[in-house]
This record gives sequence, structure tokens and C-alpha cells, in this order.
Amino acid sequence: MRAGIIVFPGINRERDMAIALELASGRKPRMLWHTETDLSGLDLVVIPGGFSYGDYLRAGAMAAHSPIMSAVRAHAARGGYVLGACNGFQILTEAGLLPGALLRNVSLRFLAMDCHLRVERAGTAFTGHFQQGEVFRAVLAHGEGNYYADEATLERLEGEGLVAFRYVAANGRLTAVSNLNGSARAIAGIFSPNLRVLGLMPHAENLVDPVAGGDDAKKLFEGLAAAFAA
Amino acid sequence: MKAIVTVMPKPGVLDPQGKAIARALGHLGFGGVGEVRAGKVIELELPDADPEAARKTAAAMAEQLLANTVIESFSVAIAK
Repeated sequence: MRAGIIVFPGINRERDMAIALELASGRKPRMLWHTETDLSGLDLVVIPGGFSYGDYLRAGAMAAHSPIMSAVRAHAARGGYVLGACNGFQILTEAGLLPGALLRNVSLRFLAMDCHLRVERAGTAFTGHFQQGEVFRAVLAHGEGNYYADEATLERLEGEGLVAFRYVAANGRLTAVSNLNGSARAIAGIFSPNLRVLGLMPHAENLVDPVAGGDDAKKLFEGLAAAFAA
Repeated sequence: MKAIVTVMPKPGVLDPQGKAIARALGHLGFGGVGEVRAGKVIELELPDADPEAARKTAAAMAEQLLANTVIESFSVAIAK
């Protein structure tokens, strides 16, 4: 798997993401400074988490208009794979590569805690090693993760099977408290229509090694590595 | 010419900041406050000499960057 990780000023999860990708694939990802525009030869472009441009104006708004994002759009239009995690998800919505927006958490608090995700769409490059409906632990660290889209968009996402993950309780049930940030329909991640762009609010990359708290979420990266191994 | 862009959460979009402000006003003893919505104001010094041109420029800026029209609406005023 040839992966590249975009580094915007203010991004701070790029090394965690690099560790997760290398553990799964055995190959070091390319680090891409935000002024670069050449993404040729990459299977997967990752926009990691952090606080690009200090979250000025809106989380992700500045990064969405930076030079490298034109190259990311072209990469996606060619059928290339893109993963946006946390701030990366916010950037993908601001750039119009995924629908909707991430609002302030309903509690108004920055949340840094474990969460449980249910796989709503198995069998994609990102979810190939999960079973449909499988529940796994991931990590939240965000102030604006409350997914919003209008009803028509939500209906389309549900109808076309583009909801990737939902926040659930550890037993897999949707409860009033399991939807930690108040997201519409408890949505934690969504796919583009071709299933090649994934925006995911929690940090799967922070649970890939038992030494660092557990490897509950490593299947996501192992699935990706397997998808591109051929 | 100065343009003032006001960006507000769209009706129907949850505004937790507005809700928190309303609660705090209640704690301070300001009774009877209805819905509170919090947005932002952006002042722009524009090169346009004509007010109508400045309005159009500011609206284009709001459309592309200053507002996220998925969740926010905006209005433009030209300062005298």
C-alpha cells in the first residue's frame, strides 16, 4: 500500500497515522507538506487529525482551500482512495468531497474519551476486515464532531449505504448516551458514493498497538493494507 | 470600502453556543429571554469603489469561504 499523509500547519496526529499505516502494511507512508501538489503513485491519501490552521474561521475551513486540496480532489476524481480522520473529516466536508458538516459537540465540551463504533458498511477497502454490524472500540478527541446534514442528504446516505460507522454502546445498541457528540443519526463516519473516500471522526489510528492501550481498531488499517496488497 | 459580513447558523441547525448563552443569561437574572443564536461578524476592507460591486465581492467571499452554506446563512452590509 502506497499511502501519503498530508501535513497542514497545526496538524498533530500525522505520526500516529504513520505508525498505524506502517504497522499494517510494512511500508512507511510518504509525508506530504501542504504546499505539495504531486500525489501521483499513491493508493491512499490520508488527511490526519489535529487543528489545521488553529481551527480559524471553522474547523477545516482554511485547509480545505489550500493548494494540496486541488490535488486531493483530482486524486478522488481519478478514483483514488482518501481517508480523513477527525480534522481530516472536517476538511473533507469543507472541501465538498463529503456532504454535511461537523458542528460543535452538543455538550459544548471537547471530548477526549473512548467510544464504540458499529460497522454499518462492511466489504469496502476500509472495512474489509470487519463483519457487518461488528462493534469495536476507538478514541474520540474533538470539539466539533457533531455530524449534521439536511434530511434529504441523511436519507440519501442511509438509502445508498454510505453510512460507514455509528456511535453505539459497547453492546452495539444505539442509546441516548452512546451518541456522545449528538451527531445526526449517530453517524461517526461516511463514504463517498464510490466508497473510496471515508470521513471518520474518531481516531482508529490510536488503537493499533497493545503497548499503547489496545489494538481494537487495527482491523481498519489491516483491511486497507490487504485491499492494496494485490 | 468596508463590507460587513454577518454569518449565522441556519434556522433548524442546532446552536449549542446560543443555548449556553441563554442559560447563562438566566443565571445572571435576565428573565424571559427567548431563543439566543450566536454567529460571527467579519469586517472586510475592499478595493471596490462602488457599493454594489463591494457587496457582490463580499457575497462571493462569503459563499466560498466566510460561511459554510451547509449550516450557515450570511448577509452583507456596506459601511458608509
